[in-house]
Amino acid sequence: MAESLYQRDVYGQALVELGKQNKDIVVLDADLSGSTRTSIFAKEFPERFFNFGVAEQNMMAASAGLASCRKTVFVSTFAIFASGRAWDQVRNTICYSNFDVKIVATHAGLTVGPDGASHQALEDVALMRAIPNMNIIVPCDGPQTREAVIAAAGHKGPFYIRLGRPKVPTIENKGEFKLGKAQVLTPGNDVAIIACGIMVSQGLAAVKSLSEKGIKARLINLHSIRPMDCETVLKAAKETKGIVVCEEHTIVGGLASSIDEVVAENYPTAVKRVGVNKRFGQSGEPDELLREYNLTGPDIEKAALSIVRK
Amino acid sequence: MIKEYPQAQIKGLEEQAKKIRRLIVQMLVRAGSGHPGGSLSATDLITVLYFEVLRHNPKEPAWQERDRFHLSKGHCCPLLYAILAERGYFPLEELWTLRKLGSVLQGHPDRRTPGIEVASGSLGQGLSVSVGMSLAAKIDKKDFRVYTLLGDGETQEGNIWEAAMAASHFKCDNLCAILDYNGFQIDGKICDIMELEPLAAKWQAFGWHTIEIDGHDVKQILAAYDQAKAIKGKPSIIIARTVKGKGVSFMENVCDFHGRAPTKEESEKALKELDG
Repeated sequence: MAESLYQRDVYGQALVELGKQNKDIVVLDADLSGSTRTSIFAKEFPERFFNFGVAEQNMMAASAGLASCRKTVFVSTFAIFASGRAWDQVRNTICYSNFDVKIVATHAGLTVGPDGASHQALEDVALMRAIPNMNIIVPCDGPQTREAVIAAAGHKGPFYIRLGRPKVPTIENKGEFKLGKAQVLTPGNDVAIIACGIMVSQGLAAVKSLSEKGIKARLINLHSIRPMDCETVLKAAKETKGIVVCEEHTIVGGLASSIDEVVAENYPTAVKRVGVNKRFGQSGEPDELLREYNLTGPDIEKAALSIVRK
Repeated sequence: MIKEYPQAQIKGLEEQAKKIRRLIVQMLVRAGSGHPGGSLSATDLITVLYFEVLRHNPKEPAWQERDRFHLSKGHCCPLLYAILAERGYFPLEELWTLRKLGSVLQGHPDRRTPGIEVASGSLGQGLSVSVGMSLAAKIDKKDFRVYTLLGDGETQEGNIWEAAMAASHFKCDNLCAILDYNGFQIDGKICDIMELEPLAAKWQAFGWHTIEIDGHDVKQILAAYDQAKAIKGKPSIIIARTVKGKGVSFMENVCDFHGRAPTKEESEKALKELDG
């Protein structure tokens, strides 16, 4: 049984690691430091941590002021507030000036669970992806969260890193993490499954089940939504019968739309989207919600079969 | 103890402000669009800041020890551009490219302009930006100060009050906000659109030291900056009563000139008035 980790725990620990190496790392939170785990950094480096209270817009614009004074600023709150509540501050004051601000947003997607629709960010990647200069990473598990945070710290400019609330199983043998380079997790030329975040582990379940039916699926962990690894996507488009895109996000504007854009312009092929289909979320346990919104291994398998058996 | 400034120095700053006002009119008529009203109302405040108060080096805009100025009411950038050019951040001729394709002088401030710290234009965010700069100084134990110019209409934005709360919570005594209280916004008088009074009491309630002055009296402006510098443990705000369109009779207190450039005839008339 693979280990399961909270991405947020790994994030908090990675911040401490960075804080020790670099005195210019500053961390901001908006009254959710216990949940986002920036509290781990706050305990270690109280003079470089600022809690802005329940005021996300102020926090985002303040991060730009700090960055203008050569600080590398990590800013955390829940994804729904980081992307929606403070969008104008992120666009006009962080991204337009191309500041070194890393927004690490936790509690993204349906798996927030019982808190329900108001707290389930399903549009955040779409909102962030529309802004020039913004880099976007959706890590698939705990170890990849650390890699993403370290990579963002070492790469100038704004980032949006999307993390979830529950523990996620660690995906074995992913290979090296490189910003903008997708990871091919399983070989296969019948169909491609491109996933990010928690949907990678659902994708693995689908691959296993498909292989029992004699279908070889190529599973791609596309952790960097921007910059996007177009080469790996187009290779999959050319070498398989079609692509299933899986994300814990609305099918409008996120990973699925990114793939649609790449293949439509370069190598049109069949694309099926496994994501939230223009609905708000609701209360429930994470597993129940993934089933209710058709975001499970069997749903991915069904979509893959519809491509293979066309 | 109030610092005394020689009369000649005050006169010099007044002359400098008049020169800046002329440049604003000349830039805007060439650009064909832009915001004269709020640029002219804040001219004395920001001229005094850049020619007397601010610790900066136009030859080295990225000097780490510099005081920071952030124009929160970004639409009044003609004022800032004229001052930056006069101080030597870039050649004066650049002013005539304002708002043109490819210009370093965008319609609202952008970091491509030498001397601009952070882009602005979407109102209500500049005080937060300044809080961030103030915190950076505190982390690095540097003694630079942070100044920001707010519009009065701008303080109707909720983000301003989030920042006001944070600045006093974090004891940002290296931060001085300047509020250009000209009493007008695009749609009309502030008191008719969305009343701000009691304004000083609001800032005091948020934990700020308030200084109320006539924003066109150079002597009062100098004294206000000195007073703000001396305040410890809390941020200061200079609430400056000003006249929108100050210095050009037919622009004064005329809402239309919030966001309209003068015509050629109007600019000639304006420059004649500013010559005197």
